[in-house]
Amino acid sequence: MNVSMTVNGERVSHDVEPRMLLVHFIRETLGLKGTHWGCDTSNCGACVVLMDGEPVKSCTVLAAMCEGHEIRTVESLESDGELDPVQQGFHELHALQCGFCTPGMQMTARALLDRNPNPSDEEIRTAISGSICRCTGYKNIVGAVRWAAEHESTTRQEA
Amino acid sequence: MQTPAPFEYERATSVDGAIEALGRLGSEARVIAGGHSLLPMMKLRLASPEHLVDINDLDELSYIREQDGEVRIGALTRHVDLLESELLAERFPLFADAEHVIADPVVRNRGTIGGSLCQADAAEDLSAVCTAAKAQVVIRGADGERVVAMDDFHVGPYMTAVGDGELLTEVRVPVRAGAGSAHEKVERRAGDWAIAAASAAVWMDGGTIADAGIALAAVGLTTVHPSRAEELLRGKTPSDELFAQAGEIASSECSPTADGRGPVEYKRHLAGVLTQRALRRSAARAMNEEA
Amino acid sequence: MAVVENLPSPSAERPIGFGRLKRKEDERFIRGQGTYVDDIELPGMLHGAVLRSPYAHARIVSIDTSNALAHPNVAAVVTAKDLETLGLAWMPTISYDTQAVLAGDKVRFQGQEVAFVVATDKYSANDALSLIDVEYEPLPAVVDARTALDPDAPVIRDDKSGQRDNLATPLWEAGDEAATDRAFAEADTVVKRDIIYPRCHPAPLETCGMIADFNPKTGQLDIYNGNQAPHAHRTVYAHVAGLAEHMIRIRCQDIGGGFGNKVPVYPGYVCAIAASIVAGVPVKWVENRSENLLSTGFARDYIMHAEICSKDGKVTGLRVDTIADHGAFDSTAQPTKFPAGFFHIVCGSYDLEASHVKVKAVYTNKAPGGVAYRCSFRITEAVYLVERMVDALAREMKTDPIELRMRNFIPPEQFPYETTTGWTYDSGEYAKTMKVATEIAGYEDLRREQAEKRARGELMGIGVSFFTEGVGAGPRKHMDILGLSMNDGADLRVHPSGKAVVSISAQTQGQGHETTFAQIVAEELGVPPEDVEVRHGDTDRSPYGLGTYGSRSTPVSGGAVAVVSRKVRDKARLIAATMLETRPEDLAWEKGRWYVKGDPEQGAMIEEISERAYSGEPMPAGMEGGLDAQVIYDPPNLTYPYGAYIAVVDIDPDTAQVTVRRFIAVDDCGVRINPMVVDGQIHGGLAEGVGIALMELISFDSEGNCLNSSFMDYLIPTALECPDFELGETVTPCPHHPLGAKGVGESPNVGSPPAIVSAVIDALHETHGVEHIDMPCTPARVWAAMQGRPEPPQ
Repeated sequence: MNVSMTVNGERVSHDVEPRMLLVHFIRETLGLKGTHWGCDTSNCGACVVLMDGEPVKSCTVLAAMCEGHEIRTVESLESDGELDPVQQGFHELHALQCGFCTPGMQMTARALLDRNPNPSDEEIRTAISGSICRCTGYKNIVGAVRWAAEHESTTRQEA
Repeated sequence: MQTPAPFEYERATSVDGAIEALGRLGSEARVIAGGHSLLPMMKLRLASPEHLVDINDLDELSYIREQDGEVRIGALTRHVDLLESELLAERFPLFADAEHVIADPVVRNRGTIGGSLCQADAAEDLSAVCTAAKAQVVIRGADGERVVAMDDFHVGPYMTAVGDGELLTEVRVPVRAGAGSAHEKVERRAGDWAIAAASAAVWMDGGTIADAGIALAAVGLTTVHPSRAEELLRGKTPSDELFAQAGEIASSECSPTADGRGPVEYKRHLAGVLTQRALRRSAARAMNEEA
Repeated sequence: MAVVENLPSPSAERPIGFGRLKRKEDERFIRGQGTYVDDIELPGMLHGAVLRSPYAHARIVSIDTSNALAHPNVAAVVTAKDLETLGLAWMPTISYDTQAVLAGDKVRFQGQEVAFVVATDKYSANDALSLIDVEYEPLPAVVDARTALDPDAPVIRDDKSGQRDNLATPLWEAGDEAATDRAFAEADTVVKRDIIYPRCHPAPLETCGMIADFNPKTGQLDIYNGNQAPHAHRTVYAHVAGLAEHMIRIRCQDIGGGFGNKVPVYPGYVCAIAASIVAGVPVKWVENRSENLLSTGFARDYIMHAEICSKDGKVTGLRVDTIADHGAFDSTAQPTKFPAGFFHIVCGSYDLEASHVKVKAVYTNKAPGGVAYRCSFRITEAVYLVERMVDALAREMKTDPIELRMRNFIPPEQFPYETTTGWTYDSGEYAKTMKVATEIAGYEDLRREQAEKRARGELMGIGVSFFTEGVGAGPRKHMDILGLSMNDGADLRVHPSGKAVVSISAQTQGQGHETTFAQIVAEELGVPPEDVEVRHGDTDRSPYGLGTYGSRSTPVSGGAVAVVSRKVRDKARLIAATMLETRPEDLAWEKGRWYVKGDPEQGAMIEEISERAYSGEPMPAGMEGGLDAQVIYDPPNLTYPYGAYIAVVDIDPDTAQVTVRRFIAVDDCGVRINPMVVDGQIHGGLAEGVGIALMELISFDSEGNCLNSSFMDYLIPTALECPDFELGETVTPCPHHPLGAKGVGESPNVGSPPAIVSAVIDALHETHGVEHIDMPCTPARVWAAMQGRPEPPQ
């Protein structure tokens, strides 16, 4: 079957099997490798992307279900050579080590700040509770989101 | 990652269209809404339906509104919307209590109340919530609609009264004066299924309990509805002793199985403790003594 | 010191050398541009999938692959029979045992590899698995290590000639039994405990996988793989596959976490290589999460009986008897002469009179492994044991647990200190570190708060642990793995431009080596870190070494890079002397520059020296051109980082849920190259400790079915279970390491579980009489302990 959707602002249209998962559509059909996967049971959050602005686990969404919807992946955060404050915050606060959970965490953080520009630490921890990180112990991730919230209004940083 | 077996897929454009498709495709067809119960099972090859009918476009099934003395919730309403609904927060705060601890915030963007209720996992929180709140569900088929009480909706583990060719369309929660409600859950970790959970609702008349609803998750083959505990409460004044007694009855009426989350004894103990806590908070909310 | 224009100027933000330098590697990761194994696509690539046994122990009666072969997208189905013809049905393990690549006669653990499918895409490969028909004859399974040696226990390894029972390695012991018996005989206080460190799993977020690409025309085998020891793997494949080692190239690009899970060679890798050799095209195999939890290298599973004694308030003796569950094949990864790893560090941070420790390893019908998950070769088990015992002793003696430790620490003047089991700890000021922890925690206030809460029926616990661990394996005269000495190399090349490339043997899986190793070169040579390229992970382009695990990167590879940088600096001195027409001994060094003593304006910067080294201008007599050096570093000893940890927990008296409210960690890992990176490593390890203490468990039913083979049942802490970690530091340099650094990666995992479990017991001891509880402290298990019925985990 054919699915068409908007991914990172661009319209895409491909023939896929109905059973193709969105994460594989993104990674294999579109070749966007920034979205990862880490489990079989929708627990780990490595696959989180934004669907119509809300974080979803792309391993538990069929590509077919995205017909007509807007998908944003980590590749969309940087724009015109400028990093999103979330990305800059992750770098400033050492909120990543192996980098595997980072795209999903960043997309979740981006969506959180879009809804709630000044979240408390508790709200940040709750928002990212659907994503596992094995490396950082989460402390610096919380700090990074806080940093991004505080630097949101300044112009986006140089890449 | 594991991947599902092949299947055919169609998208419903109307509720009647969905019902027609289900009728046409027969028992090898499943509805897919949020997909966070069905797709994991399909990836693990525990379920391999031949046809999926995607109902995510049926916006007409996504609503929370008050009508004719009931709060009516469309089956396609997402968990996040139940969590954030001001109407539900005011009328039935046990929904928000439960939603805070159902899965995780990302899963809650997709999962729906209809999907959760129809999955009918005994550990599923909303089933307990709806039972305690004395909700009824609306099931529509080719022959029309029928309204079913929660006790009749839960038929067995992973089995509901929704038949082939039928669709759950709405949950109706009756609004009555003096209501207070709460949901209490214990889990091994955030996002986990309940080791045990208790939903409670009370309707106060002056200082006495006019009516009560209690339901337990994860301590039986399906949602446990300890009606004897509810009977105990009717006409009585709220007190810790009373709620402890109700908790004991609830505890004795459940039939937990031992598994990785805990042994029978512990689950039974939790059933009692959480019933007591949920009742205490329900009464406090009903009497405006708690935020 | 002269200020010279153009000398790069450091700042706190951008140190030239040690300091809180933000990471160079972040650039690609924050953009989602890392290259992990599953990201790589090669032309003509096929996809593999493994069929795994549903039974823990069963004879294989028949395997029918015909339906799978008939699938239009399936290129091949490989079974043990096919591998036998290639001599690949069995492979050696790191512990000199053998492991089946694909099961032929029997399956010996649930999840064991039985067949390998190769198809055009991963969906088809997964489909084809259900088309393979295997007939099994189930056999009784050995699931309890304690009964594995019973006379009537089924023999699991009947493939090994002469194997008549389930003993995996003979009894190993250390210490002095007679001296220990004497200490116990003279003691006034003895405490005994049965303590289990249950089976858990490193579960890095990226599962294991490989692309094998054999080129039949050239005979070159290219491997893309996330593994923690690429050179050692290359040597193993050369052996196992009978290929020339110089024709194998392993490239580890980005790895999504290792934690010891990516040290072993897995059957899936060998299958992918075999398939690629036979098919002549690249074959990719990436496991799913249930395969990772079911079949790859687990951690711990030590069943310990311990006794500790004291006399007049001084801890005098410790004896430990351990059964180690190694699973169905012995693939534990530790230096050859150390079959129980470094478990003998169980004598801890205390000045004991005597200790005696025994470990016996058994086979069971479970996945193979045991040494993983930041364990420092069994030091996690050892420290857990000794700290739990010291805590139990403190309780018995009615002494504050910190006071008891302070009284019994090895005092600073006794370093280097030889322990009762033959280790020589390098340096330590334990009391100082413990004190810092108590200050950060506000220990007195916490005890007051605890008393107040207890009076109100609230349960709060404070747990302490102090650890000394040994990392940085290791000196070649003591330590090898599979006969490969545990030395690491470093190559440093300074280009004519003055920018540098350093190639190292260490293999980062997130530890920040692209930044920290550049910082070492910067510290030694004054070349800014952004001008130092760190090369690693490619066996064609990096020096031979044993990789990254056991916190060895800083001690060994870090030592190598310091030494090689100094070699380059020394060469630069000679060249500078020629340039400045003076003698080398008349030159002094400031970072980045040699200058004439007494005339500091006269000098030569590293870039000027390197330009000169490649130019046609005269060089010192007898010296070759260029500015580079190579080193293989043989560490003289392990290094011994240590730390003091304090955990504060609250327990719901009715539901028994445990919350870690605070966690204070004060680490002494010697000199810190990048404190930001060190802190990050500690945060991560502490989170793992929270997981192990409260929720992580790999368990089995009586038939050997694994009950935790997905992230629904193998629970890993989220941001909601982890407190806001509070860190402190002391710095006691390592006397033998070129930089004074010790390494830190595993310390937090070593020290945190005993602190949390001791805190749980502390919360429940007075009110509920709890004296012991095993991990994980799930609500159900804590509740059982509160009822007086603690049970060991399965």
